[in-house]
Amino acid sequence: MNKENFILQAAELYKTYRLGKANVDVLKGVDLTINKGEFIAIVGASGSGKSTLLHILGTLDRSDKGEVSFAGQNLAKLKMRKLNKFRNKTIGFVFQFYHLLDELTVLENVLIPAMAQKSVFGWLFSRKTAKNRAKELLARFGLAGRIGHKPYQLSGGERQRVAIARALMNEPELLLADEPTGNLDSETGNGILKVFETLNKAGQTIVMVTHDEKIARRAGRIITLVDGKIENNV
Amino acid sequence: MYKFILAFRYMFRKRISYFALAAVALCVFIVVVVMTIMNGLVDDFKQKNHSFTGDCVVQSESLVGFAYYEDFVEILDKENFIAAVSPVIKSYALVSLAGSSRNSGVEITGIDPIRHSSATGFGKSLYYHKNNTSKTFEPDYEPNLPGCVLGIDLVLTRNAKGQYNQREFILQKALVVSCFPLTAKGALSKAGTGLVNTKTFYYSDNSHSALASADSSVIYLPFEQAQLLCGMAGSTKRANAIHIKFKSNVKLKDGCGKVAVLWDKFKKAQQSQKQAALLDAVSVKSWKDSRRSFIAAMEKEQIMLTIMFVLVGVTTVFIVFVVFYMITSHKSKDIGILKSVGVSVGGIVNLFSNFAILVGLLGSALGSFAGWLFLLKINSIEQWLFEHFQFQLWDRTIYAIGSIPNRIEVDLLAVVIASAILACLIGAVLPGWRAAKCKPVDILQVSQL
Repeated sequence: MNKENFILQAAELYKTYRLGKANVDVLKGVDLTINKGEFIAIVGASGSGKSTLLHILGTLDRSDKGEVSFAGQNLAKLKMRKLNKFRNKTIGFVFQFYHLLDELTVLENVLIPAMAQKSVFGWLFSRKTAKNRAKELLARFGLAGRIGHKPYQLSGGERQRVAIARALMNEPELLLADEPTGNLDSETGNGILKVFETLNKAGQTIVMVTHDEKIARRAGRIITLVDGKIENNV
Repeated sequence: MYKFILAFRYMFRKRISYFALAAVALCVFIVVVVMTIMNGLVDDFKQKNHSFTGDCVVQSESLVGFAYYEDFVEILDKENFIAAVSPVIKSYALVSLAGSSRNSGVEITGIDPIRHSSATGFGKSLYYHKNNTSKTFEPDYEPNLPGCVLGIDLVLTRNAKGQYNQREFILQKALVVSCFPLTAKGALSKAGTGLVNTKTFYYSDNSHSALASADSSVIYLPFEQAQLLCGMAGSTKRANAIHIKFKSNVKLKDGCGKVAVLWDKFKKAQQSQKQAALLDAVSVKSWKDSRRSFIAAMEKEQIMLTIMFVLVGVTTVFIVFVVFYMITSHKSKDIGILKSVGVSVGGIVNLFSNFAILVGLLGSALGSFAGWLFLLKINSIEQWLFEHFQFQLWDRTIYAIGSIPNRIEVDLLAVVIASAILACLIGAVLPGWRAAKCKPVDILQVSQL
């Protein structure tokens, strides 16, 4: 693989959690490289550290040791303000439980990353473009008729599609999904995976965490985590 | 923009927000109503004292009074910053209705009604001679008789609504006034059986200054008559005070300062005079200082009330703090989501600050509106309560107020609203900061469970 294709590199990642008086080593030296346009599935048993790895790659958490670099830039050296901007522009998250804001409509939920980027005045000038993009995304995921609905008025599959639209709002280079089908029935989950496959075909880099081998096989590469270490990388 | 949208949604979609709103509105309502009434009463009381006294008083602490006042009045009359000057005799006397053996102690005030009406609000306090002060001491029933003006509470009673039972025509009443005349050295000027000066005066008018102390104990007499009664009309005439009114463009402090300079100069010029020692007991005071003993008590009450409301404000901060703590705990998932899309700690604090400002603004608006409405109707409400239940907040037979003051001061309202918003911000900052500092991964993982 050409070095210029690297989008994200993780080297020697260690992470320990303190549970009561005991220390739990979750990651024990993880090395990982993600290339542009890849669709990677990280699999492993519960407690193997796959979600922790995803959170560290997405800068929601920091490793105790090791380094994560994005396009050659060491993320550990970024200050909080720049890290927030980086997360806003470069990473899109999809969670198992959708994590939509209940007070906002579908359209507003999708617009949140765009709003977070702008000041009030900046938003006044850019809102039209942002709204068009949000509507276009929602239409692409079959939710054009749902833009004014609240999350509680949607089915699980619809909510997850809204979450994907939100994650894609700022055209992130990397889409991270934590058990995106874990809360859905197989048919709806299959629909979500199809969405991921379509996005990947269009060039979107995706890292998906799952405990289901069958779902993982839909990805281009499978990384198996066992007891905090990568056992398989195929 | 999300900060405003979410702040609005939290405000109107969360039932608990209404508790914070109600707490702020209630506090603002109470503060606006009570402070308006209290400030109104204090301002009204001050205004009445100002009207009673004039702007400045040159007064002797001694009942003996001070000599050469006529010369000083002449000097003051020539000053272009002074609008009016009124020399006054003040002493104590016994008064009884002619033919009656019952008497009571009163304060006598000798005045020239025209001069005194120009220097103070005396003329406006009269009932029968309000527009004709030159005839104040001429009883309508017999103008040639020596008249006197009685403090209204000495002659009339109030009904339950606080109104005096004034008669269209003045009743003929003869009052015997007995006074102890004093020499310039403060000794009784008479001895033996004729110890007192006694003279009969006829009720010519009543004065309603709306100051209980004056209306219940002062009898106004013609200046020269009072001077005679008090033994101050000797070869060197004396007076107890000179009331001064400044021209409208003169500031109180400046005017009093100028009068003090004039008085010092005058005193020095009189040093060689026989009764110059009496001038040492004379001081120049503004109306505020002159009436300090009366005003201070009310101002103290006002300060106490303000302190009490600071405590109410602290309670509001605590209520808002608790409500915000509950809201941020309840909305921790939202905070995690927002941070996962790149919202900063400042952005989260800002969101809750906006929410706090919204609660403060809406609460203040509601409280102010309710306060305004209540104050607008307070006198009608009191009237209704009185008519149906005989309940009166201030018994008009005791308190010298016509109606409950209900004019809201804009600056008071501005301070109350600003304080309410500040209280909300203080109450919201800590929970907002605490929530914003949480790691998104902790929040989102916890909320998955």
